Amino acid sequence: MGKKKRKMPGLNTSSTADISFMLLIFFLVTTSMDTDQGLARTLPKPPEDDQLNNEIKVKERNILNIRINKDNYVMIGEDYASLEDVKERAKEFIKNENDSPNLPERKPKKIKELGKTMMVTENHVISVQTDRGTDYGVYFAVQDALVAAYNELRDEISKQEFGFRYEFLTKDQQKAIREIYPQKISEAEPKKYGGQK
Amino acid sequence: MPEMNTSSLPDLIFTILFFFMMVTTMREVTLKVKFDRPVGTQLEKLARKSCTSFIYIGQPTDALKAQFGTGYRIQLNDKYAEVLEVKDFVTEDRAELPESDKPFYTISLKCDHNTPMGIITDVKQVLRKSYALKIMYSANKKQ
Repeated sequence: MGKKKRKMPGLNTSSTADISFMLLIFFLVTTSMDTDQGLARTLPKPPEDDQLNNEIKVKERNILNIRINKDNYVMIGEDYASLEDVKERAKEFIKNENDSPNLPERKPKKIKELGKTMMVTENHVISVQTDRGTDYGVYFAVQDALVAAYNELRDEISKQEFGFRYEFLTKDQQKAIREIYPQKISEAEPKKYGGQK
Repeated sequence: MPEMNTSSLPDLIFTILFFFMMVTTMREVTLKVKFDRPVGTQLEKLARKSCTSFIYIGQPTDALKAQFGTGYRIQLNDKYAEVLEVKDFVTEDRAELPESDKPFYTISLKCDHNTPMGIITDVKQVLRKSYALKIMYSANKKQ
């Protein structure tokens, strides 16, 4: 009996597809693709002991107080406001176009990128105060409106100076715009929270 | 009719598989609170997911309601936690990061829109004390 030369049969790979499908489904189930998005904020450093008594004094005209009470009513300064008002009031406050004495003081500031001096409301602060019972959703909506106010102002000045919207500018140009409208939203101190019931 | 050649099918599937393995991350925690995030229009994307810790705040999920009630709870990793435990959580999580990533350490607050601000304020104060100063209010994009 002579040995017959036989061709090696090909390995049956028809089930590889099934196996890889199972792997695929396993990964689809156990992983998540959600890209998290939201509003980024930087908290102030914790107060040092010796700092407690000498707080930074901010001139009254430079502060925009936004208060939200436990029933989710929004107050800007002295009067009630709706969520829609927040953005307009904030824009008016940050810009202080007519140099009104009740709105933040404008100071000349040299902007390198533009090569000229602009009047900037550098020292303004927007402070959002809430009650312990305020809904987070309302607080968030106010924060969102404030960021919207800044973004619109920045877009305006970007178009005026560079002819493009803020997001299309180069890094240096964006920095210059940020110097004109610095974002100053205060994460208020907690002692103010309880005191206004 | 000749049979269709399916020999490249596994390669195709493997390609899809690798794609998913690259773009997704392992789901790390089982959610024990349910949260319906607020909607916003001015959102930014989270830059580095690997340097981020998540704090979830909301009511217990329907399955756990009977056991834990309907009060608002903080969830860290896989379990409910008290406000003060946030400090240990933050310190531990930050310690695991390589030194070069520590300045980028961010806390993402995933909170229900009905959460009373009291809890969130408390958490924020603890975060300040633990020097975890970069935070993000997580939200959904308005359609």
